[in-house]
Amino acid sequence: MDVFLSIFNNILEEGLIYGIMAMGVYISYSVLDFPDLSVDGTFPLGMCITAALITAGFNPFLSCIIAFICGAVAGCVTGLLHVKLDITNLLSGIITMMAMWSVNLVVTRGSAVLPYYNQPTIFTSGPIGILPEGLYTYRVVIIAALAVIVLKILLDMYLKTKSGLLLRAAGDNQQFVISISRDPGKMKIIGLAIGNGYTALAGSILSQQAESANINSGTGMVVMGLASVIIGLSIFGKVKIMKATTMVVLGAVVYKACLAIAMLLGLPTNFMKLLMAVIFTIALVSSNFMKKGRNKRHAETPEF
Amino acid sequence: MLKLLNSNRHSNNSIVEMQHIYKTFNKGSVNEVVLFTDFNLNISQGEFVSVVGSNGSGKTTMLNILCGTTEIDSGKIFLKGQDIGKMKEYQRAASIGRVFQNPAIGTCPSLTILENMSLADNKGSTFGLTPGINKRRIDFFRSQLELLKLGLEDKIDLLVGSLSGGQRQALALLISTMTPIELLILDEHTAALDPRSSETVMELTERIVREKKLTTLMVTHNLRYAVQYGDRLIMMHKGNSVIDVAGEDKNNYAVSDLLKIFNEISVECGN
Ligand SMILES: Nc1ncnc2c1ncn2[C@@H]1O[C@H](COP(=O)(O)OP(=O)(O)OP(=O)(O)O)[C@@H](O)[C@H]1O
Ligand SMILES: [Mg+2]
Repeated sequence: MDVFLSIFNNILEEGLIYGIMAMGVYISYSVLDFPDLSVDGTFPLGMCITAALITAGFNPFLSCIIAFICGAVAGCVTGLLHVKLDITNLLSGIITMMAMWSVNLVVTRGSAVLPYYNQPTIFTSGPIGILPEGLYTYRVVIIAALAVIVLKILLDMYLKTKSGLLLRAAGDNQQFVISISRDPGKMKIIGLAIGNGYTALAGSILSQQAESANINSGTGMVVMGLASVIIGLSIFGKVKIMKATTMVVLGAVVYKACLAIAMLLGLPTNFMKLLMAVIFTIALVSSNFMKKGRNKRHAETPEF
Repeated sequence: MLKLLNSNRHSNNSIVEMQHIYKTFNKGSVNEVVLFTDFNLNISQGEFVSVVGSNGSGKTTMLNILCGTTEIDSGKIFLKGQDIGKMKEYQRAASIGRVFQNPAIGTCPSLTILENMSLADNKGSTFGLTPGINKRRIDFFRSQLELLKLGLEDKIDLLVGSLSGGQRQALALLISTMTPIELLILDEHTAALDPRSSETVMELTERIVREKKLTTLMVTHNLRYAVQYGDRLIMMHKGNSVIDVAGEDKNNYAVSDLLKIFNEISVECGN
């Protein structure tokens, strides 16, 4: 029983933390219709910056905020490449992803792994002190859940503002944004900044859970983020009262659960990325399939 | 003979002035299309201009040039005396309202009617972090929707993507004229609609244009609309206006006359 509990705990921990990234990918991919590959670079960016800052004695919460800002700046770079230099969306993301590799190495001063064991993190310092002794094993889940809730509410609130509504319009119909005399390019840059800010923040939090940063951790993040978004929206899309942001977080948890179950059933670690690719393909195909079915019934639910 | 039909119109209360416009597509390639050579157009304040012309005569391109979608090779464009030639499309849109042939372009399908109207209502102001939907404006939106007589006032939370083409086009027209504009541009905005919706949207257009005294440039393939609506009629052919009449002169034109000239031009060109 304990084994299951610990696996369940593990799925929730990682699912929630990756769920933050899924919210970021939701903004770029679903809201803006921009398949943003820079995520593969900004996730480890968040990790590395956090590792460097905490090692240098920075407050872990401040480190989270700085990681968010750095991710947002990287997102702006992708956006500027696309909007100002007319580079296609996929290539803009690839350029940023590539550049981030070197940036991350500079941040970690050339090492691929930067551990910072026993330094204060958001899981060991600050408000964690008020947690009852018995819940200490679940502190990561609790803190991650709190972070998800706060970030989700912030994002939902933003999407309801004038700027947020304009962002949704920019992903939906650029000509409409032009008609109301706004620059759709600017909205794309803002959306990519938010998306990559959330991604870097997820990287920052995951690194604090592991108490180390790994330059290679970015590989496959785009696929994981997109899969979470698509799975979440497909499975929970019918639930009228649930917000899309909640759906994608749950999508990340479901995705992590699928991977964990595969491991439990004895899948060798080497096949992990292959399994991720397969899950992603299934998610894409089934969501296409569902989309077709829905369009026939005269689109009632939001498109994604 | 066709030249005689042009009344040389120059007035100093022009709101739109296109001067010496030159435009060639794909210059220097095998696909080169020389469309406008020294094209000029003046539109007075409050004028409702209908534009007809064969496919490829340059109507849409003329509108695109005005709106900034298409760049010109040389020439000058003034809107209310201001040189807008260097302004970006979205900047010009501050004083131009536009409805397209495709009903999908004028509205956002995955936003609700209310959200679409709220966004449009905020045109000209900043889009900051204040609530996107101003609850106090809902009654105003409803009263505007009532004018469409499509029953949309009871469906403001419906996604626009689930409306019919005619409903969407009526909404697009309403949205583009909700905030003050100097010029309304309509590019075959009834072409994708069935005859009845087309009629409804055209009547709505007439009402809105007259009520708000909007300067309007309307492209249509429907010769009856061109004759029936508007104060001035322009027929374009190969990047030139071959007919440009207003007032009494315009009233003398019947649909059959236009059709005859249309055919004459085509014969002259050997097709
Ligand atoms: N982006 C473009 N690139 C190349 N040629 C173009 C472009 N836009 C328009 N043209 C050419 O310019 C000419 C005028 O096109 P335009 O769309 O303005 O015609 P139109 O009068 O609106 O026709 P229709 O009645 O079919 O809408 C056509 O010969 C067209 O091929
Ligand atoms: Mg046209």
